[in-house]
Amino acid sequence: MLLRLFLSISIIILSAQASARLEILITEGVNTARPIAVIPFKWLGEGEKPGQFADIIAADLQRSGQFSPLALNKMPNTPSNSIGLNYGLWHKMGIEALLMGEVSPAPEAGKYIVTYELVDVVTGNANVADYSPVLESRRGTVTKTQLRRFAHRISDVAYENLTGEKGAFLTRIAYIAVDRKSSHPYQLRISDYDGYGEKLILRSKQPIMSPSWSPDGRKLAYVSFEQRHSQIYIQDLYSQKRELMTSFPKINGSPSWSPDGKSLAIVLSKEGQPEVYTLDTQSKALRRITNNRAIDTEPSWSPDGNSLIFTSTRGGQPQIYQVDLRSKVTKRLTWEGDLNLGGTVTPDGASLVLVSRNDGNYKIAAQDLASGELRTLTKTHLDESPSVAPNGSMIIYSTVYKGRQGLALVSMDGRFKANIPAQSGEVKSPAWSPFLK
Amino acid sequence: MNPSIISKSLLIALPLLALSACSSNSDTDSAAMEANKAAMEQAAIEQQAAAESNIETDGIQAIQLTKEELMAKRYSDAILEKIIQFDYDTAMIKPEFTSILDAHAEFLVNNPEEKVTIEGHTDEKGTPEYNIALGERRAMSVSVYLENMGVLPRQISVVSYGEEKPLNFGHTEASWSDNRRAELVY
Repeated sequence: MLLRLFLSISIIILSAQASARLEILITEGVNTARPIAVIPFKWLGEGEKPGQFADIIAADLQRSGQFSPLALNKMPNTPSNSIGLNYGLWHKMGIEALLMGEVSPAPEAGKYIVTYELVDVVTGNANVADYSPVLESRRGTVTKTQLRRFAHRISDVAYENLTGEKGAFLTRIAYIAVDRKSSHPYQLRISDYDGYGEKLILRSKQPIMSPSWSPDGRKLAYVSFEQRHSQIYIQDLYSQKRELMTSFPKINGSPSWSPDGKSLAIVLSKEGQPEVYTLDTQSKALRRITNNRAIDTEPSWSPDGNSLIFTSTRGGQPQIYQVDLRSKVTKRLTWEGDLNLGGTVTPDGASLVLVSRNDGNYKIAAQDLASGELRTLTKTHLDESPSVAPNGSMIIYSTVYKGRQGLALVSMDGRFKANIPAQSGEVKSPAWSPFLK
Repeated sequence: MNPSIISKSLLIALPLLALSACSSNSDTDSAAMEANKAAMEQAAIEQQAAAESNIETDGIQAIQLTKEELMAKRYSDAILEKIIQFDYDTAMIKPEFTSILDAHAEFLVNNPEEKVTIEGHTDEKGTPEYNIALGERRAMSVSVYLENMGVLPRQISVVSYGEEKPLNFGHTEASWSDNRRAELVY
C-alpha cells in the first residue's frame, strides 16, 4: 500500500533561506599540511569583481586538512596565469603548487568566463623541457549565482590533481537543529558542506531524527515524531513531496539508504525487540534481517550493498556486527573498548568509522577492517552520529563543545580537526551528502 | 416600587404614627420619647431603603476537589507523580518508584476505559538511535510492571524518544540523571 501523507499542522515544510549559518573553525592540524598558494583571481571586466574565488578555494583546500594556503600578505606577487611565471620566488618559500585564474565578462549578459591554472612549482623551477609545470588549465562560463559552486568545482579539480583522490567540496550536509525558543523547535536543515546556503527543509513541534541521503542526493529519509510516535518518511528535496514509509507500533527508526537507491535498511520493534529490516521503497516489501532477543539497530550498508553493518547487544554490551544479506551469516567486527556504536564503512571499504566508549568517554574512532586496529580520532567525550564524506577524507559528527551540542570535523587520520558551532540552539545528527552532480 | 414592598413599608410606618400620637398626649420623659422616635424613624428609613434594594444574600461554595486531588485521595499522592527515574544504562525499576506505579496501576484497573502512554527517555550519552532502543526498554519495563498489576495491554501504548526530549538541557552528570526516565502520559 502506498501511504500518502497529508500535512499535519504540527510540521511545516520550508524552502526559505534560514538566517543562521554554520561556520567552520579549524582547531588542529594546520601545521602538518602541504604549503600551496591560491592567488586572487584577476578581474578583467569593469566595476566590482563578481566573486572571491581565491578565498573560497583556499578555505576549501585548508579545510581538507591536506593543504596550508599561503596568506595574501606573504605572496611575493599575484600572477593570474603561467606565462612568464617566476617559479623561483615561490620555490624559495617552499610552496608546492600555485592556483591562479582570471574572470572576465562573457558576451552574454550576466555571465562570466573563468579561466584557471594549477601549476607545480618544483617542476616549473627545474625548467626541464619535456615536463610541463601546468597540471590543469581550464575554463568555464557561469552565471553570478553559480560562482560559488564553480569555486568549489575548482577546489575539487585541484584537490584531485594534488592528492589523487576525488574532492568533496561540492557536497552538502543535512542535520537536525533544535531551537527551543521556536514554535517548531525541531528543524531539518541542509547547507553546503562549508555551512553556506543553509535551508530549512522541515520543522516540527516533535523530534526529527536520523537523516539519510539517497545515493543520487535528491531525497532524504528521516524519522519524525510528528504524530507523537516514530515514523519513517522520505522527502524529495526538489519537489518537497513527502512520502510515509513506515508507521508500525513502537520503534520506526534508523533509516539508511542502500547504495542502489532501491531500499532502506531500517529498525522496527513491532515484534518485540528492535530488529533490522530492509524495506523496498517502491513495493514497501519488508524483509527481516536480524532475529534475536537483544537490541539490533543502526544499520548501514557496505559500499557493495551486499551486507549491513549494525549495532547489537547480543554479546552483552553493544558492539558492531556485519550480516551478509544473502546468507544472513553474521560476524562481530569490534572487540576493543568498553562498547562500540553507530558503525559505517568508509567508501573505499577499508575502514569502519564508529563511536567507541573508553573509560566512559564517547569518541569517534576508525578501525582498519583488515588488521582490526582501532584508532581513536577525537579528544572530546560526547561524540555521536559520525558521517563520512563521500571521498572518505573527513568525518563530520556531533559533539558537545563549550556546553552546547554542535558539529565538528575530523580528518580520517585524526590530524585535522575543526568545530562547527551552532549560532543559536543546538545542532546534531549530521549526514554528509553523496557527490552531487 | 411593587405592591409587596409598599405593604411592607406600611407595616413599619403605621406603628410610628401611633407613637407620635402618644407623645402629643403626655409630657413625661418627652426627651427620651423624642430620641426613641428619631431612632425609630431612622430605622424605618434604613429598613425601607433595604427593602427597596431587595435583599441579597451570599453563601460559601461546598469544597470541590480538583481531579488531581480526588485522584490523590483515592489512589494516594503517588498517582500525582508521573516520572520514573532510572540508573545509567539500565531499565530496571528502582524500589522507590513502585508505589507510584502501583497507584497508576490501581487507577487503570479501576478505569479500564482510561489509556496511558509510557514515554521512554535516555541521557545524551551514546548514539541517538541506540538510545531510542534503550528508551524503549525503559518504557517496556514500566509497561510490563503495569500489566503484571492487571492493567490491560490495550490501555498501554509505548513510545521511546531516546535522547531527543531531555527534561534538563544541561550536559552534566546531574542533567543526565534527570533525563534517564519514563513518563506516564494520560
